[in-house]
Amino acid sequence: MADPMKIRANATGDSTEVKVLMSHEMETGQRKDSQGKTIPAWFIQNVTVTHGDKVVLAAQWGPAIAKNPFLSFKFKGGAKGDKVKITWTDNHNDTRTDEVVIA
Amino acid sequence: MDSRRRQALKSGGGLTLATLLVAAGWLKPGDAAAADAWNKSAFETKSLDDTMKALGGGTPATSKDIAFFSTPDIAENGAVVPIGITSSVPKTESIAILVEKNPNMLAAVFDIPAGTEPSLSTRIKMGQTSNVVALVKADGKYYVASKEIKVTLGGCGG
Repeated sequence: MADPMKIRANATGDSTEVKVLMSHEMETGQRKDSQGKTIPAWFIQNVTVTHGDKVVLAAQWGPAIAKNPFLSFKFKGGAKGDKVKITWTDNHNDTRTDEVVIA
Repeated sequence: MDSRRRQALKSGGGLTLATLLVAAGWLKPGDAAAADAWNKSAFETKSLDDTMKALGGGTPATSKDIAFFSTPDIAENGAVVPIGITSSVPKTESIAILVEKNPNMLAAVFDIPAGTEPSLSTRIKMGQTSNVVALVKADGKYYVASKEIKVTLGGCGG
């Protein structure tokens, strides 16, 4: 299991800003190791962010997202105390879900 | 056939990860529809036209309503380039980031459901100085804006 995501969600008025830092190599599959063998691609492919039952962001990523991905966006309707849940799945079928309480 | 399997077959037509997760009961069908299967062909294209075909779109029109924010003109480190994109095109449904001179152009596609602001920021890798293209789908049509970012040290490791 990868390291936990660091998530911040802050509500101002009726808008909630979510910032998340994920822990993932995001290996492009372009690099070679010291023996000249290509290091296989290993990267997050899907990210889903939900607020309650509602999906507030869904993303498909390629290996060109930087290592330890950062993402920031805003959605309407979150209130302090609500939970925001973020899930990612990668090309090894690994997955990780973390949640945060909106502050 | 129970309704979950029917839903799973409808939403994927094939054994995508999302539909497998639905069939296994890990994802509710609503989640599977929103968490799109990973569009493999779109992430392997090398030109804007090919990416557009893989995303199912026509020819995008350049738009002044798409802006980059917190995005440098010169990136010291191509491995970590911050990119912020805001779309004021009405009914924006999705924002995609493409890097013209990367080994594969498409870096990411973000689906923006109703209620989410069409504005986001993330960090990408760039192999070399290149145009970065923000591709917005709004009301079924596609729009683009691009910005050149100079890269002093390439980020794809090649």
